[in-house]
Amino acid sequence: MSHWIILPIVLPLLSGLLLLMGRSSALLRKRLLSLLSTLMLLPLALYLLYLSSDGDYQVYALGNWAAPYGIVLVLDRLAALMLVLTALLALPAVWYASRGDDARGRHFHALFQFQLMGLNGAFLTGDLFNLFVFFEVLLIASYALLLFGGGRARSRAGLHYVLLNLAGSSLFLIALGVLYGVTGTLNMADLAGKVAAAEASEAGLLHAAALLLLLVFALKAALLPLYFWLPTAYSAASAPVAALFAIMTKVGVYAIVRVYTLIFGAQAGLLANVADGWLWPLALATLLLGAIGALAAGKLRTLVAYLVIVSVGMLLAAVSLHTPEALAGALYYLLHTTLVSGGLFLLAGLIRHHRGPAGDHFITAARMLQQPPLGILFFIGAVAVAGLPPLSGFVGKLVLLTAVPAGEQQAWFWAVVLGSGLITIVALSRAGSRLFWKTDESTPAGHRLDPWQLAPTLLLVAVAPLLLSLFARPVMEYTGAAAAQLLVPEGYVAAVLGSEAPLPATILQGGVQ
Amino acid sequence: MNNSLLLPLILLPLFGALLPPLFHRFGRTASAWAAAVVVAAALLLLLSLLSPVFGGQTLLYHADWLPAYGLNLSLRLDGLSMLFALLILGIGLLVILYARYYLSERDPMGRFYGFLLLFMAAMLGVVLSENLLLMLVFWEMTSLSSFLLIGYWKYRADARQGARLALTITGAGGLSLLAGILLLGQISGSYELSVVLDSADIIQAHPLYPVTLVLILLGAFTKSAQFPFHFWLPHAMAAPTPVSAYLHSATMVKAGVFLLARLFPALAGTELWFYLVASTGMITLLLGAYHALFKHDLKGLLAYSTISHLGLITLLFGLGTPLGAVAGVFHIINHAIFKASLFMAAGIIDHESGTRDMHKLNGLWRYMPHTATLAMVAAASMAGVPLFNGFLSKEMFFAETLHQGWLGDWSWLLPLGATLAGVFAVAYSIRFIHDVFFNGEPIDLPRTPHEPPRYMKVPVEILVALCLLVGVVPAWTVAPLLATAASSTIGGELPRYSLAIWHGINTPLLMSLIAMLGGALMYALRHHLFALHARCFRPFDAKQVFERLLYKLILLARGLTEVLENGSLQRYLGLLIGSVVLVTGVALWDTPLSGPVPSAEVDAVTLVGALALAASALTTTIWHRHRLVALIQLSVVGLVVSVAFVRFAAPDLALTQLSVEMVTIILLMLVLYFLPQHTPAESSSLRKGRDLLLAGGAGASVALLAWGVLTRPYQTIGDYFMQQSLPGGGGHNVVNVILVDFRGFDTLGEVTVLGIAAIGILMLLRGLRLKMPAADGEGRPWASDRYPMILAVISRPLLPLALVVAIYLMLRGHNMPGGGFIAGLVTAIALILQYVASGIAWTRARMNINYIKLTATGVLLSTLTGLGSWLFGYPFLTSGFGHFHLPLVGEFELATAMLFDLGVYLAVIGSTLLVLANLGTLTLINREMAEEN
Repeated sequence: MSHWIILPIVLPLLSGLLLLMGRSSALLRKRLLSLLSTLMLLPLALYLLYLSSDGDYQVYALGNWAAPYGIVLVLDRLAALMLVLTALLALPAVWYASRGDDARGRHFHALFQFQLMGLNGAFLTGDLFNLFVFFEVLLIASYALLLFGGGRARSRAGLHYVLLNLAGSSLFLIALGVLYGVTGTLNMADLAGKVAAAEASEAGLLHAAALLLLLVFALKAALLPLYFWLPTAYSAASAPVAALFAIMTKVGVYAIVRVYTLIFGAQAGLLANVADGWLWPLALATLLLGAIGALAAGKLRTLVAYLVIVSVGMLLAAVSLHTPEALAGALYYLLHTTLVSGGLFLLAGLIRHHRGPAGDHFITAARMLQQPPLGILFFIGAVAVAGLPPLSGFVGKLVLLTAVPAGEQQAWFWAVVLGSGLITIVALSRAGSRLFWKTDESTPAGHRLDPWQLAPTLLLVAVAPLLLSLFARPVMEYTGAAAAQLLVPEGYVAAVLGSEAPLPATILQGGVQ
Repeated sequence: MNNSLLLPLILLPLFGALLPPLFHRFGRTASAWAAAVVVAAALLLLLSLLSPVFGGQTLLYHADWLPAYGLNLSLRLDGLSMLFALLILGIGLLVILYARYYLSERDPMGRFYGFLLLFMAAMLGVVLSENLLLMLVFWEMTSLSSFLLIGYWKYRADARQGARLALTITGAGGLSLLAGILLLGQISGSYELSVVLDSADIIQAHPLYPVTLVLILLGAFTKSAQFPFHFWLPHAMAAPTPVSAYLHSATMVKAGVFLLARLFPALAGTELWFYLVASTGMITLLLGAYHALFKHDLKGLLAYSTISHLGLITLLFGLGTPLGAVAGVFHIINHAIFKASLFMAAGIIDHESGTRDMHKLNGLWRYMPHTATLAMVAAASMAGVPLFNGFLSKEMFFAETLHQGWLGDWSWLLPLGATLAGVFAVAYSIRFIHDVFFNGEPIDLPRTPHEPPRYMKVPVEILVALCLLVGVVPAWTVAPLLATAASSTIGGELPRYSLAIWHGINTPLLMSLIAMLGGALMYALRHHLFALHARCFRPFDAKQVFERLLYKLILLARGLTEVLENGSLQRYLGLLIGSVVLVTGVALWDTPLSGPVPSAEVDAVTLVGALALAASALTTTIWHRHRLVALIQLSVVGLVVSVAFVRFAAPDLALTQLSVEMVTIILLMLVLYFLPQHTPAESSSLRKGRDLLLAGGAGASVALLAWGVLTRPYQTIGDYFMQQSLPGGGGHNVVNVILVDFRGFDTLGEVTVLGIAAIGILMLLRGLRLKMPAADGEGRPWASDRYPMILAVISRPLLPLALVVAIYLMLRGHNMPGGGFIAGLVTAIALILQYVASGIAWTRARMNINYIKLTATGVLLSTLTGLGSWLFGYPFLTSGFGHFHLPLVGEFELATAMLFDLGVYLAVIGSTLLVLANLGTLTLINREMAEEN
């Protein structure tokens, strides 16, 4: 058994703990440790991507307890992809933060590493209760990160964020309780088998549990009507934190993809595709309302937050179709939107810092002294995020548009996607015009640009969408394979439960009542 | 098959766009040279491909991009693309020269040329694409670069608004075109033009043909400023004049008609095509011509004239006949040449006199005779005067309007409209010349006009010379290009047509004659017409309407967003809980609730417990405004739950619940201290009703779920744990073995959560300064006895006892009720008691522990224990245990799980105390502040 799989969890955990042990004055050393740890995640994730690319599942049984009794980590193509994405996003974010944002409080880097641990764990785990645990790690770490730097707006947004998510956690537990009560297991592969074999008398309860889980994940992913907390929270966070948060909603999307293909997917008997009927209309409505929110936004951070919501609508609409094409497209789009919106949050931070008192608000203010680099980055980022050619947003949108089967669904999807695309273009052109073109004669008052903060922003905003677009073919081939793997969950189940671990007959019979 | 020279045609200007900004530091001329060299190189490359294309070949290039989805980097150079590429590069070169003299010192020239080359690359991409999706990629890029170029003078409001207006309209068209192309690809099975152009029968017979056509036409019409989308173009004239000459008359706006020409073989020829395209063209032709006459701004006149001519070309393609297409292609050439030169002339006039207002511009002939001559030739071409190139295509147009068969009895409408538009065209052309160069003296111009720099006129001269050459000797100049372009447009045999200037006296000539005379007459009567126009038409500013509309839209969006997101946590929670009720209801609607398991007998103890639980939950809610009372009620809930655990033989859970309960209550007491004792009633009765419904619904949902689960037979993996606890985990206490072994990974995660939460709370508390209330809610002052003697005396000896109990609980945990978590909480409570009894200062002086490090050490210990199993080749967190014998102690067991549990123990103490002690510090800070005052 190769231990590589657990390293993306243990590595950030260890560095987070070491960062807590260090003296608070040793910021430079902490930065180095944090950067190094985050940097190491990238080759690690790439190696795991390589491991998963042959289509085999890697299963890691914690404590050497075989599934379904112990907790297992499962590496498939999707999990590996999410690990790579996390590493790709985290590195620029922590790099950016290390140029000063991390000094506005204590323990930034430790919290950042715990957050990474939570993310990686959520993507790797093959156990539903363990997913809950990693959701908790994520939630608490993100809450602390959200508050980082202090201030009234952050405290208020943070309170809403944490209370809603704690309510979500309780729901998660209730759903898990029902699932465990009916099926007697928490292992996802085992659940898949039990749910598929469920009789009609149990279907109602399982259905309720499935929909409660959907609510939990939809709250995380920010789906209508549960996304209202997001714009305030994301726009209150400091730039590198908001950038990392770009993947937080995607954890919800990931969980939906995982659970509703593996456990409640097409093969789930009476409970096949229970989520789709809810997801489709809500996702489309989210897509539209997100774009409207973007138009209403009064500052860049809020605008980007709404674009995150738009992307969630786009993703979940595609996911609800449950076709290999749509899923492959959704995974590509997920890569694109996470990196670009993360970069745009960094860019908003740069603009805010550089523009002086006006910040990133869409109001007339003094000219920025070093406008060209920011302007170019904004333009490229806007083109990418609005889904205009030739960057990855266009490729992703194109792939998703073609993935919807012809007919009524296609008409709805195209109308909503293209309509919200137009609203997004209007919102972004207005934002760019206000920030970069409409200036008054007052003297510029912002801080100088830090090239070392510009570089990670450039990576996310410009380099990532360009490379994703240029190498769309290999990336899509991978996401296509990942989607194909997801839609045949029998392989997952067999890999986790193996042939040698059927439930002993005695245990099956002797139930506790 | 693969012609590798096509790709560099686009890549040259694309990467070349970086050069002018880089060369800008060597001066403006260097920047212009850099741009010119790039374009000249591309032009030479294009010319090297001239002969095969003129020989009737279609050059193709193919590279995969995303072949699975039909998106490919495939390019095509045939007659039509050759024509457009020549226009783009040729006029582009002239515009670069012109702009060098047009732009002022203050304008950042490197940026201008950079944008211009970017546009050029995009536009070349549009015309050279073989793949329709690739064409769309470039199509949108032309909109984007046009946006940048219109907004070039960013400090001007009209430039910013014009840019956004243009982007919005053409962007919307682009999205529509995307949908149209996707449908077209679905219908014909490919996005490659070679396939699509050959599938006319399939496409036109398909039920989705009308939708596809409309979507594609929306794209073409928005780009080519056709009615009703024409209004963006006049406002795009806020761009510098070289941009107007290049993008907004010669090239970009031609992309729409290019698309009509490109897809002509696939889409044209149906009745629907005729009605949609020809009528749009006709309306645009007339509307543009009419408005052009009444514009007092030179560029405004030219803008509307451009709209009108684009309408003319659209109308020609709309006829759907091969000859119409030939005439359309011919007019594309002619219009590009004469309109670009006219824009440049207008730019010179503006540049040298300081205004474009025709009220002021009069009699410039005396000041700039050379420019005037050039402008006159170009204007004559625009009016369609014989011997100039515009005449030829206009004659063809008139002739074509006479030969269409769709309208039946109404066929006379077309020639009538065409002649009328001709009349207007002649009138505004005369106006352009007469008003500006003659018609008295200039009226207070900002500058004294004079001839422009020599080289600024060169591009105009070249274009005007072309007007003449094409007009006089078409057969020797334009004929081969036209033939090649037209034949690749039609995609088949060319119809017979003649480029002769004199066809004898026929109807088209008569129509031309009417247009000439009518136009002259109309110009003579212009003052009356202006007055009439002013009376009938209120000034309509599309940009203002757009801005107002956009503003209203934003207000609407803002209103909607505020209605949805009112910032109320209650609402968001309400939505969440409401959703819970809804989905549970839907899921359980049609299902038998009770399972086969019969319910057990209710005994008195259980009943009392259940009633107490329900009662305390109720009273907590009822008394929630009296916080202390509510807290006491809440603690009853916790206690009953602990008792319930004992009742159902789960001593570990009971112990845990009990100690968690205690820590929570202490925590809440500390917090309550700072809060008002009572909460004012805030909720309306309506709201209370809603909340009651939600709460009742949620309670019922969970109760139903619990009932459903409990009445069903229960088979879990739990039995495996029971069996494996001792042989596999080395412990009798299954709960503990689950926590530290079977599911130790969960525990590790949760302990980490505890630590992170403690740090988070610490961050919240840092820098927090709260006002310490001097009295409780009823106004009674707090007790002055700060550290009660009895408590202090009792608590101190209690500490070692409690610690011993804790260690005992921890050590026996693996086999008997207990364990690290419980032990940690017991220790923490004992330590907290010291803080409470003797004060923070006293305790800290005796026990100065860094709780953060303690927590981290604990988690680290657990993690390292887990990592230790790697040394033995086992997965993370694999436990080992063994039995050892020591004298005196006897036989005992050691398990690595105990080390793990020790980590849990330390982490629990650390994080609990981190929170509680720091919360307590808040009062300390307050007290110190109070004492200082």
